[in-house]
Amino acid sequence: MRIVIAKPGLDGHDRGAKVVARALRDGGHDVIYTGLRKTPQEIVRIVNDEDAQVLGLSTLSGAHDSLIPKICEGLRQSGLGSVVVFAGGIIPERDRPMLYGSGVRAVFGPGTPTSEVLRFLQVASSRKNNGDEIGVGENLGWHWN
Amino acid sequence: MNDLIELLNSAKSGDRRSLSKLLTSIESGQTISPGSTDSWTLGVTGPPGVGKSTLIGKMISHWISDGQRVAILALDPTSPISGGSFLADRIRMEQGETGNDVFVRSIASGNQSGGIPYFLGEMCKVLSMCGWSRIVIETVGTGQSEIRIVAFAERVLLVDGPDRGDIIQAEKAGILELADVIAVNKADLPGAESAAQSIRFSLGLVDGDDRKIHLVSALDGSGVAQLISDIESCEPDDIRKELRMRERILSIWGSLLLTHPEIDSNIAKLCDGSITVNEAIQSMGLTLGLGANNWK
Repeated sequence: MRIVIAKPGLDGHDRGAKVVARALRDGGHDVIYTGLRKTPQEIVRIVNDEDAQVLGLSTLSGAHDSLIPKICEGLRQSGLGSVVVFAGGIIPERDRPMLYGSGVRAVFGPGTPTSEVLRFLQVASSRKNNGDEIGVGENLGWHWN
Repeated sequence: MNDLIELLNSAKSGDRRSLSKLLTSIESGQTISPGSTDSWTLGVTGPPGVGKSTLIGKMISHWISDGQRVAILALDPTSPISGGSFLADRIRMEQGETGNDVFVRSIASGNQSGGIPYFLGEMCKVLSMCGWSRIVIETVGTGQSEIRIVAFAERVLLVDGPDRGDIIQAEKAGILELADVIAVNKADLPGAESAAQSIRFSLGLVDGDDRKIHLVSALDGSGVAQLISDIESCEPDDIRKELRMRERILSIWGSLLLTHPEIDSNIAKLCDGSITVNEAIQSMGLTLGLGANNWK
């Protein structure tokens, strides 16, 4: 799949994003990395121009609660509701329900084996093929964890 | 096919979503229509790490302020082992990346020969039809094999850097001969002038070769305006045009071979020694004439 890995907001730490990007590449995916400090609008445009099926958002700054819902909303408004969104980084347990409510389908914290991200993508891909809800603009309810 | 026409019409009217989907269709092998459109294309090539993407970022800013609409097709390598890729050229193009007049699409090079996928020509055509007035193809940064860029771009910019020593010598029999414009980037670092000198020397060995070597710095922008004006005014000579057509034939030939349904089984048979290279080629319905006898 074509996957964009993005770093939203003012956060200069991208070791995690790069580790995930590398693992996805080794899993046979085409991974596009945006680099640091992207605005929600920039990320939406990159997902569009690259025609990515999946967007992975890495944030360690604590701003996930304001940035991630904005990106999800931007995707829906731009006709990108079929894009699968997952998040990773430092995201407290108590914030997860809010992110799932915005359309995020998985949240991966520190210590997650990269193989788990690959398994999530496999499931996401087969849900897509079966017509089950998985995109950011589709019915909520199902999420990975 | 009708879907494609619909996408094209909608992309022509300025819808980015449709343009993006259209490029994906082309990447998967579909074509819009025969015939060619006049498009302004520049291939940017050179070794890894010399600053191709950063320089393109600076060039984007110049073109935008000149009222152009700039589309970039940025190639990065596909892993021959996993089939995956890590596409990160756009990170370096940040200066110019914002706004509606820039479109950056990353492309995995796949296993195409020369690192240039055959569908690039079709992509350039579509971008041009949609009003993108400057189309830049950035090649993977590998050495001599990226010569095939000449088949798809009307003009070719070769970017080199300081402290590359003998690699320049190794390349001079390839892309250096085919590039229309040559730039040595990182002019802000020591060694850039001497790198430019050694290229000047190797070009100077050919009578009538009056190509200028530009010293530029993608970091501080020096020399970029002159570089662009040289690129805009260059007119490739007939010899290089012939070489381009030759590369175009080779490129299509290569992609026919590589997309042949029996290529994988033939490779497997070659590995276990049950057939010769000549038999493999014949079994794929290709005739190479007398030359093939030398391939056994």
